[in-house]
Amino acid sequence: MSRSAVDVPPKGGFSFDLCRRNDMLAKKGLQPPSFLKTGTTIVGLIFQDGVILGADTRATEGPIVADKNCEKIHYMAPNIYCCGAGTAADTEAVTDMVSSQLQLHRYHTGRESRVVTALTLLKKHLFNYQGHVSAALVLGGVDITGPHLHTIYPHGSTDTLPFATMGSGSLAAMAMFESKYKEGLTREEGVNLVVEAICSGIFNDLGSGSNVDVCVITKGHKEYLRNHLLPNPRTFVNPKGFSFPKKTEVLLTKITPLKEKVEVIEGGDAMEE
Amino acid sequence: MDLNKMDLNAPHSMGTTIIGVTYNGGVVLGADSRTSTGVYVANRASDKITQLTDNVYVCRSGSAADSQIVSDYVRYFLHQHTIQLGQPATVKVAANLVRLISYNNKNMLQTGLIVGGWDKYEGGKIYGIPLGGTIIEQPFAIGGSGSSYLYGFFDQAWKEGMTKDEAEQLVVKAVSLAIARDGASGGVVRTVIINSEGVTRNFYPGDKLPLWHEELEPQNSLLDILNTTSPEPMNI
Repeated sequence: MSRSAVDVPPKGGFSFDLCRRNDMLAKKGLQPPSFLKTGTTIVGLIFQDGVILGADTRATEGPIVADKNCEKIHYMAPNIYCCGAGTAADTEAVTDMVSSQLQLHRYHTGRESRVVTALTLLKKHLFNYQGHVSAALVLGGVDITGPHLHTIYPHGSTDTLPFATMGSGSLAAMAMFESKYKEGLTREEGVNLVVEAICSGIFNDLGSGSNVDVCVITKGHKEYLRNHLLPNPRTFVNPKGFSFPKKTEVLLTKITPLKEKVEVIEGGDAMEE
Repeated sequence: MDLNKMDLNAPHSMGTTIIGVTYNGGVVLGADSRTSTGVYVANRASDKITQLTDNVYVCRSGSAADSQIVSDYVRYFLHQHTIQLGQPATVKVAANLVRLISYNNKNMLQTGLIVGGWDKYEGGKIYGIPLGGTIIEQPFAIGGSGSSYLYGFFDQAWKEGMTKDEAEQLVVKAVSLAIARDGASGGVVRTVIINSEGVTRNFYPGDKLPLWHEELEPQNSLLDILNTTSPEPMNI
């Protein structure tokens, strides 16, 4: 009786056997290949006439800064954008895929996409992959039912909040929101608070850095402010620029001629079939 | 602080206190509002009492992702069922659907649910569906990590045939007791009352809850008083 309850294989869904194997090997000391992770600060808030999303622009690969000015606010629909934290490839792939599904859905229905539609599509995908697609998202947009802001975790759980933060810098950013957010902020106050939250991530979290991207979505209108703030400019730039006049130096020249073509003369019996 | 526990990629789980109580004429459901990832409070105002139909609600505990997917499926099935039947689904049907999904996928799921509601055949009913996917009809049900602190209290305080107000006060008291002792429960207390009249949702903010042993009165921060010109510290 009790055996069968344990031994019956799961009916539906994917098999994660290899994931368990990889965990086991990792525990035994095997170094798994590392991915481009966006140690990140991403935030979003609802203000009086819409939603504001914000993100830093640092992408890391372990301790190395892989990209100093990457884009973390992804397009979902004309009225919906989505900030992504976690594995860069996963956030990019999952947002691209869902934005395609939303476009097809718009062609089919002839109506503007709703934020809950994007939310459901994203959470269904992430839940199916049981957290192995590591995308932590802040989804924001304005649709027929008004402004919406959601957070989506890699395991597929979702929250609906007036202000939200995600990524390694979420604690620093949430500290700013918790102390300064209030209902009915103006556009300017909202953008300033988002910038302040992202800056607190940039300066206090090692995984976040570089510039601030902001996206303001209001009814029937959006404004993507790429590199809205550049708090970390290059401190020294050589006024003359850099040049490499020597080109590539030739150290050795040796030419190995091709070997003569050798004729092979067939002899003896042909190979048996 | 133990930084190893600060894993923000850890599955989102609801260390929770959830309660369902039947009273004379209906049911009261109650829950705290804390959702945590490891030691970080990911959401301090979450709503763990989810609507399934007009007259049936469910309290969710365990993994947030799992409990959301289960209740999403059940809501979808009940919607179809209501259209085919041409009348509201009963609490028993709703609870049985939750059980079916929890039991069939018991290897994949990490969630305990309490289904409560009112229907014209059986009145107010509470069903507990714990981890393995069994179903238990109960006069009252408690769940989540905070419930361990409440068994004794409910054995003592629950009475047959309470009024609506008595039942709601019992639920609020119990959740606030669990919040006081269970680190994984906190925030505010939310209640849902369901009876023949319909549904009432109530909200009890964290600073208006009763104080228990050694708890202190909520105080304004000294920083707030220093920064403001107004003598009233909270009028910034």
